[in-house]
Amino acid sequence: MTNLLEIRDLHKRYGTVEVLKGVDCSMRQGEVISIIGSSGSGKTTMLRCINMLEEFQGGTIAIDGQEIGYETAGGVRRRKPEREIARQRALTGMAFQQFNLFPHMSAAANVMLGLLKVKKMGRDEARTLAEKWLDRVGLLSRKDHFPGQLSGGQQQRVAIARAIAMNPKLMLFDEVTSALDPELVNEVLQVIKALAEDGMSMLIVTHEMRFAYEVSSRVIFMNQGRIGEEGNPREMFLKPQTERLADFLKTSTFN
Amino acid sequence: MTYTLNFAAVWRSFDLLLQGLALSLGLAVVAILAGCVIGLITAFGLVSKSVLLRKPAGLYVTIIRNTPILVLVLFSYFALPELGVRLGKIQSFVFTLAIYSGAYLAEVFRGGLIAVPPGQREAGLAIGLTEMQIRTSIIIPLMLRNVLPSLGSTLISLFKDTSLAAAIAVPELTFEARKINVETFRVIETWIVASCLYVATCSLLAAMMRAVERRLAVPR
Repeated sequence: MTNLLEIRDLHKRYGTVEVLKGVDCSMRQGEVISIIGSSGSGKTTMLRCINMLEEFQGGTIAIDGQEIGYETAGGVRRRKPEREIARQRALTGMAFQQFNLFPHMSAAANVMLGLLKVKKMGRDEARTLAEKWLDRVGLLSRKDHFPGQLSGGQQQRVAIARAIAMNPKLMLFDEVTSALDPELVNEVLQVIKALAEDGMSMLIVTHEMRFAYEVSSRVIFMNQGRIGEEGNPREMFLKPQTERLADFLKTSTFN
Repeated sequence: MTYTLNFAAVWRSFDLLLQGLALSLGLAVVAILAGCVIGLITAFGLVSKSVLLRKPAGLYVTIIRNTPILVLVLFSYFALPELGVRLGKIQSFVFTLAIYSGAYLAEVFRGGLIAVPPGQREAGLAIGLTEMQIRTSIIIPLMLRNVLPSLGSTLISLFKDTSLAAAIAVPELTFEARKINVETFRVIETWIVASCLYVATCSLLAAMMRAVERRLAVPR
């Protein structure tokens, strides 16, 4: 059986600065993996390569066996056509640190946009599905509110509903609580936890160590563009094998 | 020396002024609509990553914006025919004003485009939208809201620029006013009435733009 996600020898440069120096990672259907590490370790970049928000110069990423972003023919590596890349991006859903809701659309319209334009659903079907997911994140009563009328936590929950409604095979969370006031963090984490319990496959870049510990089936520690250590959260947090991870955990707070 | 105001002569020709005003509005609407399309495409060229799009767009804006519109009007009408492009007076002027407003609107739109946060495009990409879908559903609607205040004054300027069509005898408002001036010698009255028509039209335009601004305002 093919893995849901298969990353092989991923290399990424910004100009001459190499930020990913050969990352290998595979993930099965239904796994919840947290990616931790200090800023600049490459964890967000790795996430953004998976849905081609970042180009990468070496290695391969495959979702369900299909190679993402690039194809190699006759030894020449080429970027796939934009339309194909757009289609592949819909295999994953992403939630961002800054929410990135469309400010000129209501919560429901935010969720519906991809359903209408990418899934080509009719308006009624899209609306029903959007309302179902807004209900799941506890915001059905706010469906006609605009992002500017919602709190940060509510905006992030709408953003998660917008991504999930597209029925992705894999959800990518990029520091989704980092821009939130402390008292709003929990409502977002609860939503993610509920998705994990439903069996959603998720890659979660986070600074919330307690959350990573509780929700993940596996934790990946990124260090200077490589995977420094990985394993189940219990072993990782209680018995770090590398000094790097031990140091990182010392400077992190568990709350 | 005393000058007694007497508007009677101007009122007798008032329908000519209104006809002129109607033509002014017609010129403006057609030219500015075309200019909006040209400006939008050029603005995307100006912010493009590709030099092949950026350079020609920049060159167009530089040349057109740095040439007085009267010179452009005269060039189109008198010089282009020598180069084999023969247009009627009205077509020539509409063409010129479209090209001219395209360059101005391109800069207005460019300002609105760079004010849209890059995260908006990324969010669109992440749900599988194509670049074109992102432009039409997200970037352009947000850009328009950003530019509405300055768009209003640009549109008013462009409308007033239709008066330059008088230079090539297009019978718009200014041309008709000059004709009445010459025929009646009621200099002050003629130009007061013509000015009032411009002011009234532009005020209406400004009010319309403010209404659009309110209508499109994002609730918060």
